[in-house]
Amino acid sequence: MTASVPVWVEVVVSVLLVLSGLFVVVSAAGVLWLQDFFLRMHPPALAYTFGSWCVTLAGILYFSMREGRLLLYPWLIIIMLSITVPVTTLLLARVALFRRRSAGVADTPPPLTGPPHVP
Amino acid sequence: MSGMLAAATVFAIGCYAMASVLVLVRLVRGPRAQDRVLALDLLYVHSMLVILVLGIRTGSDANFEAALLIALLGFVSSAALAKFILRGEVIE
Repeated sequence: MTASVPVWVEVVVSVLLVLSGLFVVVSAAGVLWLQDFFLRMHPPALAYTFGSWCVTLAGILYFSMREGRLLLYPWLIIIMLSITVPVTTLLLARVALFRRRSAGVADTPPPLTGPPHVP
Repeated sequence: MSGMLAAATVFAIGCYAMASVLVLVRLVRGPRAQDRVLALDLLYVHSMLVILVLGIRTGSDANFEAALLIALLGFVSSAALAKFILRGEVIE
């Protein structure tokens, strides 16, 4: 059942998996250690992009070489993440800005719509 | 499946577990609600990556559909939570 793949494919897949693990750990450490929410929003991009891309490309390479034909449907995960993640990030940024504004923090930028802001 | 690829999958899954613990600390400790939503969204991605790597390890390519489903559910739940925090209700 388990068709063997060439050695270089195993090397490339292993390197991609290890890279993905390192990227994900770095992003999680950033989420834990950064101090402000607007700083904390940025490290997850590492897990969303490089972490997922490495694993997905490793899967494409491994299964394509094992089956002997090109299997591209794991690419759907990259496409899906690149569509949905910016929506979540923008919504969370708007949430943070809204709550900061309603909490009355001093240096919050005024809203773009509505009456002009009088300092 | 050679020993190197098996070791790489174990290393990757160990990295994801450690990252999940770090993010879980942020989820418990997070001072505001948006920190918790961000941590939950990241946990979804970690679980999706674990399922993908397990699929490579066991050699079954049916795991990609499960990973796609988890990504979709993570997006929907995070967007709904963010909308709820922003407006007080999910569907207006």
